[in-house]
Amino acid sequence: MNERTRLVGWATVALAVAALSVPWFMWGADGVVAGLPVWVVYHVGWLCLAAVVFWVFTKRAWGLGVEGVSRDG
Amino acid sequence: MADTALQVGIIVGYMLVALGIGLVAYRLTDRTAEDYYLASRTLGTVVLLFTTFATLLSAFTFFAGPNISYGAGPEWILVMGLMDGVIFAILWYVLGYKQWLVGKANGYLTLGEMLGDRFGSLRLRLLVAGVSIFWLFPYVMLQQQGAGTAIEALTDSAVPYWAGAGGITLFMIVYVAISGMRGVAWTDTLQGAFMLVMVWAAFVWVASAVGGVGTATATLGDVDGNFLALGGGLYTPEYVLSTAISIAFGVAMFPQVNQRFFVAESKAVIKRTLPLWPILVVLLFVPAFMLGAWAKGLGIQAGANENVLPLLLAEYTPAWFAALVVAGAMAAMMSSSDSMLLSGSSYFTRDIYRPLVEEATEEREAFLGRVGVAVFATLAFVASLFQPASLLQIGDTAFGGFAQLALPVGVALYWTNTTRSGMYAGIVGSQAFYLLSVFTQVVPGSFFGGWSSSVVGMVLGLVLTIGFSLITSHALGEDASVYATGAD
Repeated sequence: MNERTRLVGWATVALAVAALSVPWFMWGADGVVAGLPVWVVYHVGWLCLAAVVFWVFTKRAWGLGVEGVSRDG
Repeated sequence: MADTALQVGIIVGYMLVALGIGLVAYRLTDRTAEDYYLASRTLGTVVLLFTTFATLLSAFTFFAGPNISYGAGPEWILVMGLMDGVIFAILWYVLGYKQWLVGKANGYLTLGEMLGDRFGSLRLRLLVAGVSIFWLFPYVMLQQQGAGTAIEALTDSAVPYWAGAGGITLFMIVYVAISGMRGVAWTDTLQGAFMLVMVWAAFVWVASAVGGVGTATATLGDVDGNFLALGGGLYTPEYVLSTAISIAFGVAMFPQVNQRFFVAESKAVIKRTLPLWPILVVLLFVPAFMLGAWAKGLGIQAGANENVLPLLLAEYTPAWFAALVVAGAMAAMMSSSDSMLLSGSSYFTRDIYRPLVEEATEEREAFLGRVGVAVFATLAFVASLFQPASLLQIGDTAFGGFAQLALPVGVALYWTNTTRSGMYAGIVGSQAFYLLSVFTQVVPGSFFGGWSSSVVGMVLGLVLTIGFSLITSHALGEDASVYATGAD
């Protein structure tokens, strides 16, 4: 995969992680799971997933888009 | 009475510990500005993570955050998670890591210095420092006001407001002047760990007192407006997104946070910190804000100007524990202010005083930095005695004001065609737009069914920066190559 594809790929992942941090599709839902509102439980799960995604990013793609920007731009 | 003594004892105890840490840090300090402001860029993972975290969010966690959850439901958990767990984490990489590389390569200590050098413009540097201090100063004033009011309430007015706020101010001057970034970061770390423990202890304690987490949460369904349901009332999708986006970008430009982009010891530190952001945010804010919401369900009565968390704790936990949390929250308030003082002083001495008045040596500048802390804190204290309405307003809208800086800075860091004129247009244009929305009716506070003027201003700043850069060419003295960051 070339640099540009990877950049677009990871940017899409970042956007998706942010966009789905709030469970928009649960708007108005009032169930309770494990003693907490269902959307809080979803959110906790999603942020744990975000942490894993960020960790994978640091292992696989750290520096992408930030390092190696040449002096001629 | 015994409670009061205990609370005061805890605050004094905290101050002594902080001072002790400051003294240890002082002994390790070189007498240079870089060491005073940035601890010579040597912070490790845990310290960097906690100092950034504790600096900005401490008082909000215990007071304002639970108050909002009490009034409108626990959806602020989602706002906070999106804001600081995800968006800020991404900015931590996109802006923070880039700034760290650029700062290390060129020896920058402040945002204004970084921009001024790239665009060959002292005036731009002054503008950025000036805009930052404009929003920071009233925010510091609000902290002192909070501390003064809290001490007055704590001691049943035995210590009047001016004495409480003044005492705290004096303490902070001495402490920050001695310890510098290293000491401040160490106390923040202690503070952050303390906050986590306290919040979880409170969560478990209240839950078990009322018969379990499920029982406490079940009460939310009966609350007027049904706190169990996602959304409703204050919370619209536009509100959630506007707030999270605006504050996350604002946080990144707040001087005490932005300066922390420069202080990591190594690339590995920034790398390790990234995945920890969402975890830390969940760990801290889920229990804190659920407590605020439970307070509503459990029928705690809080007045408009009262903080709900202490009332909830007073109801369900022993007095000593409630005292510990309240005192911890006040100590947390102080730990935010000390970082702001340090950064405010560095912006003032480094970006304004030094270029305009006196080209000082490194030792002399470190000394001036300490004088700056004293001046900044004293002025903010004096302002807090009068509490002018306009300053209160600026302090309350500071996050939005700082958010306006973020996109022009981001563009400058990554796009070599950015010009000096583009930067001026982006910064001045978005600041003017946002100020008009805060202070006048000329620009409305909300657009397109609920998007805040802060977010609209950010987009405007982006468009202006790019647009003006496209139609103007590089001015004499600009050097786009200083932000080049080769892989090393």
